[in-house]
Amino acid sequence: MTDVSRTSRDTQAGWPRWLSLLWIVLPLAVLGLAVAWMVSSDPLASFRNGAPPVENLTFERTIIGNDGIRILVRAGGSEPMTIAQVQVDDAYWQFTQDPPGPIARGATAWISLPYPWVLGEAHAVNVVTSTGTTFGHDIAVAVPTPTRNSPSFAAQAVLGGFVGILPVAIGLMFYPALRGVGRNGMDFLLSMTVGLLAFLFVDTLEDAFELAGEAAALFQGPTMIVLAATASFLLLMAAGRRGGTPTGLALATFIALGIGLHNLGEGLAIGAAFVSGAAGLGTFLVLGFTLHNITEGIGIAAPILKERPPLRTFAMLTLLAGGPAVVGLWIGSLAYAPQWSALALAIGAGAILQVIVEMVSLQLRQRADGSRALLAPAAMAGLAAGIGFMYLTAMLVKI
Amino acid sequence: MRETKSLLEQKLDRRLLLAGGLAAGGTAVMATAARGQTGHAGHGTPAAADPQPAHLSAHGAMITVGEVEDSRNGFDPVKLLGDWETGTVSTLPGGRTLRSFEVTAEDKEIEIAPGILFPAWTYNGRVPGPSLRATEGDRLKIVFRNNGSHPHSMHFHGIHAARMDGVPGAGLIGPGEEFVYEFDARPFGCHLYHCHALPLKRHIQKGMYGAFIIDPDPARHPEHEAVARSRLLGTPENAGWQEFVMVMNAFDTNFDNENEVYAVNTVAHAYAKKPIRVLKDKPVRIYLVNVVEFDPINSFHLHANFFDYYNQGTTLTPTLRTVDLITQCQAERGILEFHFKEHEPGLYMFHPHQSEFTELGWSGMFDVVEAVS
Repeated sequence: MTDVSRTSRDTQAGWPRWLSLLWIVLPLAVLGLAVAWMVSSDPLASFRNGAPPVENLTFERTIIGNDGIRILVRAGGSEPMTIAQVQVDDAYWQFTQDPPGPIARGATAWISLPYPWVLGEAHAVNVVTSTGTTFGHDIAVAVPTPTRNSPSFAAQAVLGGFVGILPVAIGLMFYPALRGVGRNGMDFLLSMTVGLLAFLFVDTLEDAFELAGEAAALFQGPTMIVLAATASFLLLMAAGRRGGTPTGLALATFIALGIGLHNLGEGLAIGAAFVSGAAGLGTFLVLGFTLHNITEGIGIAAPILKERPPLRTFAMLTLLAGGPAVVGLWIGSLAYAPQWSALALAIGAGAILQVIVEMVSLQLRQRADGSRALLAPAAMAGLAAGIGFMYLTAMLVKI
Repeated sequence: MRETKSLLEQKLDRRLLLAGGLAAGGTAVMATAARGQTGHAGHGTPAAADPQPAHLSAHGAMITVGEVEDSRNGFDPVKLLGDWETGTVSTLPGGRTLRSFEVTAEDKEIEIAPGILFPAWTYNGRVPGPSLRATEGDRLKIVFRNNGSHPHSMHFHGIHAARMDGVPGAGLIGPGEEFVYEFDARPFGCHLYHCHALPLKRHIQKGMYGAFIIDPDPARHPEHEAVARSRLLGTPENAGWQEFVMVMNAFDTNFDNENEVYAVNTVAHAYAKKPIRVLKDKPVRIYLVNVVEFDPINSFHLHANFFDYYNQGTTLTPTLRTVDLITQCQAERGILEFHFKEHEPGLYMFHPHQSEFTELGWSGMFDVVEAVS
């Protein structure tokens, strides 16, 4: 190895340094030349068949307030596009655009409409561009969008606590009872955790893809999700295994992190449902979420049954797993653009996958009989119980 | 990594000089090609703080934003109101009047609402086409040239031979061709012409229509001579009227068979933003034509006033008296007569009573004044 590198260094020494620099300049120069040729001689002229430029417009945020409706749009056309007029409910309405003028591909602009919207009713916004193309956006149920300092923020924190923090805390309270379980009980609990994580993984990915579908095409939603999930999975795997495979408290912390990121997504969804008026959140729905998430606490407790962590560790784990639900609710209710929520969910999916892998490898290592441990009746029952419980309780909360 | 790099260097070194040349050439071409991209002239955003004049505050915020560039369109909606095309008049051997028109079909992009450009098909470069006006009994000769990209025709609502009907096989001509329609001007009334090429819906809604007014010949209507004279363009009696032609039209800008923009005389909100100046003492006559596609019915409602209505204009006595709303189906038309003699000066709105059409651009106002200042 050393010899080879010396040889190559010797060879290189024969060439002046600027020559190697030239090898960076050359490809760039070819690119520049291609661009210049494209621009100057217009070889695509024969493709120009009189068709108007492709136009695309994505509605990213809708803010409904006392001063009317404000909408953030992102252009995705082949050329900068101009918003000529805006209809609301089939009526041309005065609007201001910020920043004014044509919107470049990928750029955004706020459209402000002083429209007297009606609480609890549907409205349709229709943007007409200079070519006469229209882009419609439905406001399913008009309710005022919460602002950063509105009193509803505190209420949302309480709700987030019910949905995220409380169930994890309840689950962790089973800890003393679970400490006494035997080998089969342990198999059951670990597999149950894997099962519930598997459910969360699928659920998170599905939500991410759904949100990505609403985002502008130029973000390439599905690709972005797969890449972000893979990156977060690999990063967490690498980070987790720096000091050997994570076990015990370290593994519990990773589970809490993965679940936390999932709960962030859950919070985003609830917040977004709030803001779009799609959900008049009932008590039943909130209790459904609480029930749904109790197993998450048990899952976090499973790897640390053989340890005796101090009480404050439990508090930290609870906050790590449940706290993001509160943050998600806040962010979701501010109606942020779907691609950012999709990105957060994709990172969460990667994190959940990482803990699934680590849980399974823990089970494999704990038992001498290796992979057969995963197929033991107790383990299979645990897996079924985990997935089944999550699926059935999810019925309470899916709208 | 390092090894790979040096291997590459070894293999490709001989092409280095060539690369240098390419790079230099590239920069030169770049410099010459730095032409600015064609600017998309933004119509700008409204100045929110401007105090609104009375005629605008009447519509609140429910109005299109910005102004249409009339010079670019080549026609001004305000001027269209009274812009009659009376043709070239000569006398035939028998003493009859021969009235000749020249009409050319051409493709033209027009601005139908501020910032919204529509790829129209036009007669004489305007939408609606020229408001042809003749007198009952005239011999009409319309020289029609098709400079457009599709076959077109002029199908007149009137009495004529099958050969002159402007349907496929009878006066429908291809691009670059010419046809002469010849027939007598009858019956008197408020009529229209439009292209009868197929598909009909598309040809009409792209802008191929116009008003075709035949004034009654007073000599033929001794029992209503005074009325006939007041309708006949050029008489002193007619000069005592304020006459406007209004073609109610609409545009399907995204071609989904629903209209995005409604108007009278093409430009959305044109007469809402620039109310039509009307003298209080002079009676008003409107030649109203409906050519809206896709929606079966259009209507006209006058605020704070009532009018007499002559359906299709083929009678000299009103077919409806004292109404403030009439409906017209597609291609239906008629004459409205009213005055503001007992009204106080001010802004009097008119619009169809299909609120949807009003809110999508078809609304206007009469600015009733004591005298022209």
